[in-house]
Amino acid sequence: MTLGGIDLVALAAMLMVASTPILLAAIGELIAEKAGVLNLGVEGMMIMGAIGAFAGAVITGSPAAGFAFGALAGAGMALIFGFLTQVLLSNQVATGLALTLFGLGLSALFGKGFEGVRPPATEKLDFGALADLPVLGPVLFRHDWVVYFSLAMVVAVWLFLHFSRSGLILRAVGENHEAAHALGYRVVAVRMAALAFGGALAGMGGAYLSLVRVPQWTEGMTAGAGWIALAIVVFASWRVERVLLGAYLFGGVTVLQLRLQAAGYAIPVQLLSMAPYVITIIVLVIISARHRHGAQAAPAALGKTFHASR
Amino acid sequence: MIRLIARPAPSRFWLWATPVLAVLATMVAGAVLFAALGTDPLEALKVIFWDPLLGANAGYFRGQLLIKAGPLMLIAAGLAVGFRAGIWNIGAEGQYIVGAICGAAVGLAVYPAESVLIFPAMVVAGALGGWAWGMIPALLKNRFGASEILVSLMLVYVAQNLLAWAAFGPLKNPAGFGFPGSRNLQQYPSAHNGELIAGSGLHWGGVAALAALVGTYVLMSRHIAGFRIQVAGDAPKAARFAGVAPARLVAFCLGLSGALAGLAGMFEVAGPSGQITDAFGAGYGFTAIIVAFLGRLNPIGILLAGLLMALTYIGGDMAQLMLRLPAAAIQVFQGMLLFFLLGFDLLTNYQVRFGGRVGA
Repeated sequence: MTLGGIDLVALAAMLMVASTPILLAAIGELIAEKAGVLNLGVEGMMIMGAIGAFAGAVITGSPAAGFAFGALAGAGMALIFGFLTQVLLSNQVATGLALTLFGLGLSALFGKGFEGVRPPATEKLDFGALADLPVLGPVLFRHDWVVYFSLAMVVAVWLFLHFSRSGLILRAVGENHEAAHALGYRVVAVRMAALAFGGALAGMGGAYLSLVRVPQWTEGMTAGAGWIALAIVVFASWRVERVLLGAYLFGGVTVLQLRLQAAGYAIPVQLLSMAPYVITIIVLVIISARHRHGAQAAPAALGKTFHASR
Repeated sequence: MIRLIARPAPSRFWLWATPVLAVLATMVAGAVLFAALGTDPLEALKVIFWDPLLGANAGYFRGQLLIKAGPLMLIAAGLAVGFRAGIWNIGAEGQYIVGAICGAAVGLAVYPAESVLIFPAMVVAGALGGWAWGMIPALLKNRFGASEILVSLMLVYVAQNLLAWAAFGPLKNPAGFGFPGSRNLQQYPSAHNGELIAGSGLHWGGVAALAALVGTYVLMSRHIAGFRIQVAGDAPKAARFAGVAPARLVAFCLGLSGALAGLAGMFEVAGPSGQITDAFGAGYGFTAIIVAFLGRLNPIGILLAGLLMALTYIGGDMAQLMLRLPAAAIQVFQGMLLFFLLGFDLLTNYQVRFGGRVGA
């Protein structure tokens, strides 16, 4: 199946891969924001995950260990953010920015010796006969474990938020931290855990970029993926099933513009590369306009500093 | 047990003591970082902070100081006004790039004509370009409620692609043997933003930065608009009751910071940088955010913070050359500085009490 010189099956298969880093980071950020913390440092956590995973995989020779290192690096960054905003009560917007600037610098510093190195390959899972199905096989059953992990995470987070007691506490903390505190819930501890989880997923998203999607280490390789993940959480109105939709939509746009570049249309490459960012803005505008006068979808305590006076 | 008690008003002492403390803490943490990288930490600190100011070749570097500090101060002056009002323009880098493209485009369009009107026209085009790029998030926020943080940031990536397109396409030097990049404006007298006093590093961008700092100082402390901006940031509800129109405030703050960032880009492309290339955006727009915070969103503070940040750029280049420190070390350094500043700000807004009973 081709359309305008573009193979649609290959496009759909690439879409799954291209979307995974943003999807992982956006799920993580969703949990943090549901707990009432706005962490604008996703880009910084992702890039630290990217270099942490890359270094880990190259040194140990195991991509799985690499992903673990990536998750740890991301979580470590998130804990710096958590310490500053939850313990030292700093402004979340400014601290998130600082985290991104710091992460971009620190990753470049660590990455000096890893430029031009090839990481060990992450194997695709073997689904046997399923992989040979027409259309569905290449699109759904020829990926590595991280793609399925990210999809399982969507389900797990949905179940957690809707059907578990801890999920309810997390949401309570995000909606009204004063009330949650008065009920005896430990607001700061819940938020730290949510941040660490979000950081670990952002780190894995970055790891997927450097170990699978590219696979190589280059300075600043996340190129705004973290910010797009933040936008997707808004786009999704803080609902995890819509995060999936959003991430795949943006993955689709990214892949499509890459294919258009390769197909040799007479559009300058740089103008095509703008597409994911421009479309992020357009979608953000549409969603914001829809929620303008309706019910506010954001957690009520999002971005507010919590200081227990009693 | 350590307890924090919110201060009724921020402590004036700590407001100015925390930046100093943050700089010192960053130096200590930086020394640890340098030691970890296998460089003599004291030597590194000396090369970065001492030599450019008072070392053997300091005469040359002092000029560089103003060249680097100019755009930082110019951008930060505008950002600080918005940050005071709680309007987060974090896309100054994009506005800086678009200002440079617009300014350079006007100059290149009339090449090789010579006229005293060309440079002023470029200045206007640069400011308008940055203003327009800043007004996009303002408009989208006012009309549709879209977050200005995300929109302005996304526009940085759009601007970077626009820059690459301009450098390879419409603004490419026709006499450049196919190399990307525009004609060099330094070799075009009517468009060149040269040094005003030889060796000082002062070009029109530096003058504009000082004017912007004075202007925003007057605005914030002597003008009703400044008072409204302040109130809107400190107490948004009170501001609304007092008749401050939030939409106009958003447009004003983003437009102003966009125009100033655009100016900075235009002065840079016509002066020290000389040409539009795809590597033109060097991160001034992001560093200016640190400058604005380190300067406590105050014009005098921004002046000092801008000079300090410029020093880390120059010292960082020196350290790269002489000690083989990676360029990224300075970026880490700047990030840490902002961390320490934000962390120590606890002391500005809260009293720390040790011991004591709960409820005392």
